[in-house]
Amino acid sequence: MFYKTDSFQEKTGLLVTEKILSVIKSGVTRRHLLIGAGACAASALSARHIAAQPAGPVPLEHYQRVYFNGQEWAFIMAAVARLIPSDGRGPGAIEARVPVFIDRQMITPWARGEDWYHQAPFNYDAPHYTGYQGRYSPAEAYRIAIPAIDKWAQENYGNIFARLSAARQDAVLEQVQKDGVPIDELRSGDFFSFLWQNTKEGYFADPKYGGNYDMVAWVYIGFPGARASFLDWVDKDNVRYRLGPVSIDGQRA
Amino acid sequence: MAIQQKKKNVVIVGLGWTGSIVGLELAREGYDVLAIERGHDRNIVPNWSYPTTADELKYALRLEEMEKLSNTTVTIRRSLSDTALPYRQLGSFLIGTGVGGCGAHWNCQTWRAHPEEFHLRSYVEKTFGEQIIPEDMTIQDWGVSYNELEPYYDFFEKVAGVAGEAGNIKGHKTGEGNPFEAWRSNTYPMPGGGVTYHGKLFAQAAKSLGYHPFAFPAAIATQSYTNPYGMQMGPCNYCGYCERFGCLNYSKGSPQMCVLAAAKRHKNFQYITRSEVLRIEKSANGETVSGVTYIDPEGREIFQPADMVVLASFQMNNVRLLLHSALGQPYNPQTNEGVIGRNYAYQINVGSATAFFKDKNFNPFIGTGANCMALDDFATNRIDFAKEGFIGGVRIDCNQTNGQPNRSLPLPTGTPAWGAGWKQAIGDWYGRNLGLGLHGSCMSYRDAYLDLDPTYKDKYGRPLMRMTFNWHENDIKLAQFGSARQEEIVKALNPDSYNLRRMQDNEPYDATAYQTTHTVGGAIMGENPQNSALNRYLQHWDYHNLFVPGANAYPQNLEQNPTGTVGALTYWMVAAIKNNYLKNPRPLV
Repeated sequence: MFYKTDSFQEKTGLLVTEKILSVIKSGVTRRHLLIGAGACAASALSARHIAAQPAGPVPLEHYQRVYFNGQEWAFIMAAVARLIPSDGRGPGAIEARVPVFIDRQMITPWARGEDWYHQAPFNYDAPHYTGYQGRYSPAEAYRIAIPAIDKWAQENYGNIFARLSAARQDAVLEQVQKDGVPIDELRSGDFFSFLWQNTKEGYFADPKYGGNYDMVAWVYIGFPGARASFLDWVDKDNVRYRLGPVSIDGQRA
Repeated sequence: MAIQQKKKNVVIVGLGWTGSIVGLELAREGYDVLAIERGHDRNIVPNWSYPTTADELKYALRLEEMEKLSNTTVTIRRSLSDTALPYRQLGSFLIGTGVGGCGAHWNCQTWRAHPEEFHLRSYVEKTFGEQIIPEDMTIQDWGVSYNELEPYYDFFEKVAGVAGEAGNIKGHKTGEGNPFEAWRSNTYPMPGGGVTYHGKLFAQAAKSLGYHPFAFPAAIATQSYTNPYGMQMGPCNYCGYCERFGCLNYSKGSPQMCVLAAAKRHKNFQYITRSEVLRIEKSANGETVSGVTYIDPEGREIFQPADMVVLASFQMNNVRLLLHSALGQPYNPQTNEGVIGRNYAYQINVGSATAFFKDKNFNPFIGTGANCMALDDFATNRIDFAKEGFIGGVRIDCNQTNGQPNRSLPLPTGTPAWGAGWKQAIGDWYGRNLGLGLHGSCMSYRDAYLDLDPTYKDKYGRPLMRMTFNWHENDIKLAQFGSARQEEIVKALNPDSYNLRRMQDNEPYDATAYQTTHTVGGAIMGENPQNSALNRYLQHWDYHNLFVPGANAYPQNLEQNPTGTVGALTYWMVAAIKNNYLKNPRPLV
């Protein structure tokens, strides 16, 4: 089912699924709600953990962006929801608050391309065996590519990316991935690489960077995060490690 | 006009493993030593404390400890007729920087070479005949033998704190460790640590095929240990944040851990950081160098005179500085003349097998840089080159270093790259697979070399160094030979499914995805100044007070990882400097 939401839709024109809507409006993940509902039955430790985070995170619709504009944010919200969808087992990119991660990354030296060799001449269309040869940093690539993809989606499917159906969004992303969307001085595939890389990073990186909210992705796959001490388990063949993840800031899940 | 500093006895360029060792050893002899490091100072505390070190994004993905290529990089092309393009982001190799160099964040896999590898050309000619060496393959003898280096391997292993099981002590096969290793005078300073489940399964499968699996030797402490310099290490806790990370547990053999704290006790050892050496200056006599010119953190150009210069930076940077300083004739691939840039080689690392098991859990986050079983049944000195059609050896191994999810989440072939299918697969398969790797020699060729790029410049306006490199038929055959063995073993593991990444016929070099930082050559050691830059003591043939330790000295790459041999060569060179050169400075050959 697709819903038009009130204030969010007014700002962005987005069509969102029911599940994403609930996350946007409540600002908490489904998992968080389930934990909250069962809090009285949970251990004292879990109860303290929940008490330490009284209100949950800022809802994505009220999140104060540090880089993206409204059009870009709508694209990012819709695109990451297709790259790691919310349906099925495990959290989606929206529950993990991947858009927050990507937005915050955009003002880092990495996204500004400050770590990279950045002298001319550029030959963005060269064979790819020496890596990305574009002139644009990742942050610039997002700024350039998103309106170009929206324009292409408008011309080919009659609407901007965020307003297309899930199936059409997938079709557009596939075109972007295989260099099929024309963008000036940037291969759309290069942009897709940044987008998918950052989406996965936001899903799996330590929560202090804004994504992997409540370590949902680590809980899902069984990665214990920053525990970093396993000498007692080296000899336990084929026995799943029993402790859940911790984050660098000391949260547990 | 550059500011001129007071003369030092010894100036060292770069403070990684080789620079640290030279610095400590010559400071102990009473010489005034100054090391100049381009990167930041780094110490175990506070740089690599827990928990901030356990951060995949910062260290493994954003590569916090590596060189920022906005400072300098290389350009890359596959053949002489191509136009090279800059290596703008770190990809197939990671260039380090900062105190400790790559020794601060390596996987610690510490190997010796096989004796035949030090006289490879002679060995091939004598054993199989000159005709099996392709006309454009420029492999050479090193000018030093395994027996000469053995005591220095032994000492480096004690300094770095290497743990492992000896396979061959003075010719006696112990029945443990690598039965095919070269003789060693002593056991490793520490016994090997345990390997996790993946390694036990691999060893079982390999044994069932008649192979001889053993646990990796590595500079990772398995117990409390004090090295010959009095430096103390504690046992590794398998934290799963090893390569690309400083050690949070005082267990990794690094320059900081094993050498630098001892060097800092000597008042006559000094080092400065964030200071980039622009060039090494020649003396008027034409036989020596007079010191180095560097840019300090305030941007001032400073001339530092010295009686002796040790160029101890990373392989590529050593070659680059020799080219920028015009010390030695640049190599010309058309005429096969000249020595600086000659015989650049890489490492065969392309080829892997990943086995997936629905009913097995490997806890992949339990790892060290060398939580690994390997087999050396296909060592350089055990392969019939004439029959197999390639020269070199290959190791097959099964390592579990980390379970960091961005880096270490292999999925079965056919899994969608993103979307619902991807999400389901990561839940199904995380921790339910093991991976086989391979690691093999790489020969040198006329058309694989380093020179200066005609177009691109670094931030100081110097030309970037240009790498011309591609895989050759020998490399591909060797990799395919290794992959065939991997497939044999992976089938014996009887997994639910497996992925194979096998090097394809005519597959070209691709610098975009990480392979290995084992780049070698470009300023090689040898027996003849016509085809080597350095003599057997790593002394520059033309400028006798300039020594250039590092993997730049390898005439072709070894089958195994480079650091053990780099350490041995460095101590071999230090012995020659201390016992012979400093008493009477002159060309030692």
